[in-house]
Amino acid sequence: MTDVTDLGIAQLRDGIRAGTFSAREVADAFIVKVSKAKALNAFIVETPDHAIAAAKDADAARAAGETLKPLAGVPIGMKDLFATKGVQTTAASHMLEGFKPVYESTVSQRLWDAGAGMLGKLNLDQFAMGSSNETSYFGNVISPWRRGGGDNAPLAPGGSSGGSSAAIAARLVPGATGTDTGGSIRQPAAFVGISGIKPTYGRCSRWGVVAFASSLDQAGPMARSVQDCAILLENMAGFDPKDSTSLELAVPKWEAGLSSSLRGKKIGIPKEYRVDGMPAEIEALWQQGIDWVKDAGAEVVEVSLPHTKYALPAYYIIAPAEASSNLARYDGVRYGLRELADGQNLQEMYASTRAAGFGDEVKRRILIGTYVLSAGFYDAYYTQAQKVRTLIARDFDNAWMECDLLLTPTAPSAAFALGEKSADPLAMYLNDVFTVPSSLAGLPAMSVPGGLDKAGLPLGLQIIGKPLDEQGVLNAGLAIEERAGFTARPESWW
Amino acid sequence: MSVDTATVKKVASLARIAISDADAERLAPELNNILGWIEQLGEVDTANVDPMTAVIPNTLRLRADVITEGQQRDAVLQNAPQGEHGFFTVPKVVE
Repeated sequence: MTDVTDLGIAQLRDGIRAGTFSAREVADAFIVKVSKAKALNAFIVETPDHAIAAAKDADAARAAGETLKPLAGVPIGMKDLFATKGVQTTAASHMLEGFKPVYESTVSQRLWDAGAGMLGKLNLDQFAMGSSNETSYFGNVISPWRRGGGDNAPLAPGGSSGGSSAAIAARLVPGATGTDTGGSIRQPAAFVGISGIKPTYGRCSRWGVVAFASSLDQAGPMARSVQDCAILLENMAGFDPKDSTSLELAVPKWEAGLSSSLRGKKIGIPKEYRVDGMPAEIEALWQQGIDWVKDAGAEVVEVSLPHTKYALPAYYIIAPAEASSNLARYDGVRYGLRELADGQNLQEMYASTRAAGFGDEVKRRILIGTYVLSAGFYDAYYTQAQKVRTLIARDFDNAWMECDLLLTPTAPSAAFALGEKSADPLAMYLNDVFTVPSSLAGLPAMSVPGGLDKAGLPLGLQIIGKPLDEQGVLNAGLAIEERAGFTARPESWW
Repeated sequence: MSVDTATVKKVASLARIAISDADAERLAPELNNILGWIEQLGEVDTANVDPMTAVIPNTLRLRADVITEGQQRDAVLQNAPQGEHGFFTVPKVVE
């Protein structure tokens, strides 16, 4: 008999519709898996009742002969950056520990309206700041993957959407939401051998998503197949008047539009992405990816994105600057933590609340952001970074005159061990080298698994598309998925 | 540009984050390391380049100036660390 927890979003949806299994059986099976996987620390809160309620609705609708909703009875995980009504929403911070929103984020509401259920709130880097899930107040998420040869060193699931990536790879959920500011969907997806897409900036509403860097933050789906990502994205995206940067456009039928033929497409290979010290295995996988897209009918051309090396330093001005402004709201007055010693005045209350409520990496970024925005430095840092951002976006515009999509590795390495990079913030930041440029330009980009390295760890390939061309990105992802035949999965030890 | 501990304390004060002397000592080299790295942006020629304001062309929408979600006092106060008589409360600010 099939273990339903091995199935993806499309298979669960279709199986529930066809009556192959009930939604309740599906929910129960995943709830058991979640409850037994505490060692991964992927969840901050488990919400079995939510998943069961959605399953009951789906089974009742089916019994009544009604047309089922697009995700009827499909249980998913929700990154704990999305406000969920009545369910603790923390952004993995002490600051918001115990915070129960009185409202629902637009993206999560759309998923519930589509019939999905929630298995729980997934752990992440604190306020989504990190690339390894080591900055969560609620502890590290442990990747379900291990290096071969008896090396049991706990590995990073990537970040910031590390609870999402770990839970999907471990088959605790068939899919989950993520958010991506500089690579937080794509890098964790690559680290655990799953797929994830960051859509064009403005496709998914940011309303109810705890803000990090508002000009970059985008929600997107993570799952084990390109088709599953397309299905989830269709049910997350859409215009929302509550987000001033939401795009007033119809949501395309991405699932129906899937096609793995790349005939007539030109795929660019940006030469600046061949960085010094890139492992030979990543280089080899990239070449393999080039061969796969050629096999799918695409023409491959070399392109140049000359300002690539300045993307990371620009990002590490812009993102902290926006974060320092966004996180000013945590003042101990309206919600969240309050630290107030006897005799402290209001200013002291702000300072001690923020000292106690924020972790080291969050403080580091607020301080950097405050510094680069402070009087006398604003033009030299922030304005210069925004000008460089214009040049980076222009590089992509120029590339689109020669190609339709770009193919690159997702990350410069496979998953590293927990603690391996956490002592050096800069080394950690460099992990985002391939994902940050497309974030700065607001472009849709996706990671799909390509293969395993010598240690048996997954490596990802990234496809970047023109604004609003999620379909092109998904289709190229599908072409690679079909050729990579990636079926490796972590052996259960948790 | 080098940041000393006094600057770190000044910035922390602007950001309303209490830090100890030991924190400032630890943070100064960390921040210098990061700032030193981002300063490479200075070598990019950005003459005649406008700073980015929106990644995807979009226009800010206007809506009618009417109350859309009023009468929500209790919901607004629900997560307040301290509230009294329908207000947020803070330490006394008037001497």
